[in-house]
Amino acid sequence: MTGPQGLAIDATTVAQRDELEVLLLREMIRIRRFEERCVELYSRESIRGFLHLAVGEEACAVGVMQALSPDDAIVATYREHGHALARGISMRATLAELEGKVEGCSRGRGGSMHLFDASTRFFGGNAIVAGGLPVAVGLALADHLRGRHRVTACFFGDGAVAEGEFHEAMNLAALWHLPVLFCCENNLYAMGTALEFTESETDLSLKAASYRMASWEVDGMDVLAVREAARQASDAVRSGGGPHFLEMRTYRFRSHSMYDPDRYRDKSEIERWKLRDPIGQLTTQLMSRGVLVSADLEGIEADVAAEIQDAVDFAAAGTDEPIEELERFVTSPPAPRDRP
Amino acid sequence: MSVITYREAVRQAIREALISDDRVFVMGEDVGHYGGTYAVTLGLLEEFGPERIRDTPLSESGFVGAGIGAALGGMRPIVEVMTVNFSLLALDQIMNNAASLLYMSGGQLNVPLVIRMATGAGRQVAAQHSHSLEGWYAHIPGLRVLAPATIDDARRMLAPALEDPDPVLIFEHAMLYGTEGEPSQDAVDLTSAAIRRAGDDVTIVAYGGTLRTALGAAQVLAAEGIDAQVVDLRILRPLDTATIVGAVAHTHRAVVVDEGWRSGSLSAEVASRITEEAFYDLDAPVARVCSAEVPMPYAKHLEDEVMPQVDDVVAAVRAMGA
Ligand SMILES: Cc1ncc(C[n+]2csc(CCOP(=O)(O)OP(=O)(O)O)c2C)c(N)n1
Ligand SMILES: [Mg+2]
Repeated sequence: MTGPQGLAIDATTVAQRDELEVLLLREMIRIRRFEERCVELYSRESIRGFLHLAVGEEACAVGVMQALSPDDAIVATYREHGHALARGISMRATLAELEGKVEGCSRGRGGSMHLFDASTRFFGGNAIVAGGLPVAVGLALADHLRGRHRVTACFFGDGAVAEGEFHEAMNLAALWHLPVLFCCENNLYAMGTALEFTESETDLSLKAASYRMASWEVDGMDVLAVREAARQASDAVRSGGGPHFLEMRTYRFRSHSMYDPDRYRDKSEIERWKLRDPIGQLTTQLMSRGVLVSADLEGIEADVAAEIQDAVDFAAAGTDEPIEELERFVTSPPAPRDRP
Repeated sequence: MSVITYREAVRQAIREALISDDRVFVMGEDVGHYGGTYAVTLGLLEEFGPERIRDTPLSESGFVGAGIGAALGGMRPIVEVMTVNFSLLALDQIMNNAASLLYMSGGQLNVPLVIRMATGAGRQVAAQHSHSLEGWYAHIPGLRVLAPATIDDARRMLAPALEDPDPVLIFEHAMLYGTEGEPSQDAVDLTSAAIRRAGDDVTIVAYGGTLRTALGAAQVLAAEGIDAQVVDLRILRPLDTATIVGAVAHTHRAVVVDEGWRSGSLSAEVASRITEEAFYDLDAPVARVCSAEVPMPYAKHLEDEVMPQVDDVVAAVRAMGA
């Protein structure tokens, strides 16, 4: 596979680069601390249902989102809190959604797995494994037909690669040369089943390449590498280079969902991956380069803690959607001509 | 206006939509070079080109999902699925995305998508090409489900379907494509059932392919002095309960004809609504004429036996003592 061309980060000066790296670190910390707080809220039963955390995988969401433009579209999965926050959905609206409040980004209709926000072109939040891929192809088809130079970034896991919809979508995107950036978060497991037990070919970027699609592997624990690969790939996609596939090799530190007893992998495996924690790695780098001192880090943590507390208060003060609105939005409000 | 086939009526409707709105495009298996499995889109590729008459691979889930995405992206796709049996491969996209996105997103995301497909039996194409599964789709909140049974509806339903901000499914009975008639110039609505024949003695409720069966039965019954009223559902979801109930209140007897299987069917839904809302108007239990509960057999005599026939409807009416 040909990869992105080195780390030709677009930030040209050293200062710009430092600033970018700190921003990426801050974004990852925001997501990490937010999800840690969600665990607490889950134990207190403020959040219910399925809750899928992406602790350990933050570099994927942050790296890709930082490479996109406001005009681009995002299609994500049920493990999408990080993607939503990194895309710019407010922490308030995100947490209110997790708590089922009408102030949530989906009015409390969706919950953790179905975050939506039309204003940031965030098209969900899809809990059918691979169900978002064909939709992403269609969003890109619309851009193609209208002559708009936009990217549709579609996130999915390694498990999705086994679904027929994955293959149908890859073929359609490549056949029609559509502007889709396929972002595969390969965390090696689909629930409790390791990739080696489900795929005859475990090199996922090879599968993508078989569709004659540019296909790159990237260290999903290195936010700079992800951001740079996503930047080069999305530039190529936007300028008519056809769909691109990014396989981000990553790992989730926590269980699949709050229900998962995590019996299927060795604790030592988790510990090994934790040594490559995207937040830990970048922090160490920035501190060793003197870009960041402890006080800066404390400052970031304090800002993030304040934002989270504000979101928690906002969600707690949120309201239930009135029962009378239960059937609202099953279909659109009546149009004058066609509906009684 | 001249006499045209149902197939031509659908084609004219699609052509008109393509001309009047550049957001409209057609996508599906064999819609382009082949000219459409049922020749509905014949000639459109030549006129509108491959971007707007888009042949797809055999990927029902993929291209129906792409239709959903394109609709979200501001287009007005008309997606053709060859037959309802194949639509099961796209059920995930139709149910989990098209029908749910508006609600799940708290009202933010409309899916203005039209999906057309052929349905029904009668051509001896056996158990994987002949079923009438539109009742399954009529089960799903968030969808509008249409069954044009007349040349008029075939010609006129598409325009308002494309104006609908929500997903619309159109079921075209395969035996209707060759039927002929003269379409009127009038727009049609997507809300009401239609009385296709007035009558005082019994109401026969039908839709799509069974409308002809119902009208045929009414003719036979007329010769026996029984005056049947025929209701064409037209829209399978949301059902126009008021028209059905009003019709039954007038005749006091009802037979529901449905090419779907009886158990858990659209006919069951219609019959329930009649008993819920017109029970005291009834002089006899509601009767149903449905397809036999078997996978469709190939042999002609068996296929005929499975499908609701004029004689079956006539017999059901006689049995209720009209
Ligand atoms: C079509 C479908 N089948 C099964 C499931 C149940 N399920 C939810 S998540 C999941 C694992 C998916 O793994 P992967 O795609 O690798 O994503 P990850 O959870 O690792 O982020 C499964 C099997 C589902 N939601 N949808
Ligand atoms: Mg996985």
